[in-house]
Amino acid sequence: MTGFFGALAEAWDELRVHKLRVLLALIGVAVAVCAITTITAAGDMLRQVSAESNERWGGRPATLNVSAWPTGQEMPGVEEYVAAYDDITARYEVEHSSMVMWAQTPFRFPGGTMETQTNAVSADWATMHRFVVDGGRWFTEADAENLSPALVVNHAFLEALGQRIADHPTIVIGGENPVLATIVGTYPDSWPGEGPAAYMLVESHLRWASPTSLVNSGAPSLELWVPTDTADVLTEAVRRDLTGAIPGTQVEVSRMDSPDMGMIDGATKWLILGVSTIALLLGGLGLVNIALVTVRYRIREIGIRRSFGASSGRVFFSVLMESVVATIVAGVVGVSLAIVILHNVPLDTLMGSTVQDRPGFPASAAVTGMVAAVSVGALAGLIPALVAVRVKVIDAIRY
Amino acid sequence: MSLLELHGVTRSVRLPDDRILQILRGIDLTVDAGEHVSIVGRSGTGKSTLLNILGLLDTPTAGEFLLDGVPIGRLSGRVRARRRGADFGFVFQQFNLLQARTALENVAAPLLYAQGKQFWNRKRLAAEMLERVGLGDRLDTMPEKLSGGEQQRVAIARSLVRGPRVILADEPTGALDVDTGGEVMDLLDTIAQENGSALIAITHDLAVASRAKRHFRLAEGVLAPIAIGARSAGSLDGLGTTMEHVPDGEDHQAEHVAVPLGTVASAAAATGSTGAHGPGAGPGSTLDDLFGDSVVAS
Repeated sequence: MTGFFGALAEAWDELRVHKLRVLLALIGVAVAVCAITTITAAGDMLRQVSAESNERWGGRPATLNVSAWPTGQEMPGVEEYVAAYDDITARYEVEHSSMVMWAQTPFRFPGGTMETQTNAVSADWATMHRFVVDGGRWFTEADAENLSPALVVNHAFLEALGQRIADHPTIVIGGENPVLATIVGTYPDSWPGEGPAAYMLVESHLRWASPTSLVNSGAPSLELWVPTDTADVLTEAVRRDLTGAIPGTQVEVSRMDSPDMGMIDGATKWLILGVSTIALLLGGLGLVNIALVTVRYRIREIGIRRSFGASSGRVFFSVLMESVVATIVAGVVGVSLAIVILHNVPLDTLMGSTVQDRPGFPASAAVTGMVAAVSVGALAGLIPALVAVRVKVIDAIRY
Repeated sequence: MSLLELHGVTRSVRLPDDRILQILRGIDLTVDAGEHVSIVGRSGTGKSTLLNILGLLDTPTAGEFLLDGVPIGRLSGRVRARRRGADFGFVFQQFNLLQARTALENVAAPLLYAQGKQFWNRKRLAAEMLERVGLGDRLDTMPEKLSGGEQQRVAIARSLVRGPRVILADEPTGALDVDTGGEVMDLLDTIAQENGSALIAITHDLAVASRAKRHFRLAEGVLAPIAIGARSAGSLDGLGTTMEHVPDGEDHQAEHVAVPLGTVASAAAATGSTGAHGPGAGPGSTLDDLFGDSVVAS
């Protein structure tokens, strides 16, 4: 045990004395470890950005889309759909679900009435699709009880209305049953130049939409956010149950989210691993170079240490440990640097999106970085350690 | 049982042209605990090789080397290294201090290879040893800031810090002036005696050699006992020393061959040594009379 601590003390002493060498080793390996950690974190962020972007459209894993298309000329009544969907949701105890209807709603803007694309959804829909408002709020269950329908609209909608969300704007929905709707929240346009668009609670839509409008909306669909491991079983069960529940329809149940994300995830991982390995190898090469030069410079010292009783094994281990200790220091510096970078650079914004669930600091990446740094240190120390052991003591003392 | 025993030890090396160079031939030597032995000889006669063998840094080509009665050939490299660290202290001509380390760190360095308390208390032990050699106020001084004499005192402290049973001194005063060399040898003698350590000094400085109880001459790889007697005591300047050749095994019936030291001084000066011993020397003898006449290894 004393021998181990002795070798550590010796290695630390060497590094303290050869500060320049440590610094050079630090630059190479610390940058590599920092790169590994940062790239891994960036990869995590990229995966998260990609996942959240996909989830905005397709829902979180696993989101099932349930549709029942009429097979004849007549569409079953909306109330049939509502009853069947409620039954399915209750039977399988689905915690988050949303009916979805699409409609063209006649909003009376100051410039005149405009048929505006409106999505009628449940309050849970925002959670299922990671939907966020940038002003005001999303719907609550209580909004369904209000006589004035609540709306969440895009920026283009507000611009057309000529008001701000802070002004608590309202707008009249025209048609056969005109009603004053309240805008409770706003969200960014999905693309530049997008026209006005709005979200409304499906309950409000069913209450205020004219029968013609409801027919034009088509068959409502149902989205279910279910555990990934039960998704396949539920897909079959829901299809079977619903086929009998709404006669005269063809039921389709499918995954909306992207189950193939795992493959993309794997590819990203390998890419990151490859880049990091190259970075680390470059850092390691610099370390080998410096260590070799230093050992040649220290031949006499190695001879003197042999006269102190250092066995060849001890000399080997000490020289090896110098590299390892140096890379541990470099690894700690690299990981610290990566932490500072990750806390100060908004990677998600740079990637063009803001994530809801910001990935935490990748501790596993830091551990991987440290293990890789130590391994590179050991490999880099191996060659100089072998050179040191081959030094002839007598020649070394006379050196 | 003697501490060190060499019986018929030879050391040879193969040269690049495949010739065999005999450096040491049939060396017989015994050294007891606490004994002071000196070995004189010209440069290149194999003195350092002999010292390296004695210090377990090198192994004989043939013959037997017993340490505490145990043939060292039976010891593994690891055990030899451990015994070297624990039982031997080295003092080199060029001090061989570790650069960029303070005096304290230099003296503590051998304790990195010690076990138990010696390892954990290395800084304290090193400071105490530096105190003993009179450098208690230079603990944090770098070697390049120390004088030659101070550097050698640090080297002596370093060689003694693990309490070795044998101190091997290779030209310990070779890089020092006469007075400083004398002071350093006084210190080495004193501390070695206090520690009960055997002292084997290799030198071509007769003043250094004369301090030993037994003296040997190494010439052409052959070790032979000699007697060195002081004609006058006192300072090194006034020392008149003769070297008497003693046939093997007849230490006490020495064949006296008077050798004036003035010739040693001039020859030593020519080889870079400062081992001059002043005006007591007489004319008529050459260095070859003293050290043998051929160089067998370089």
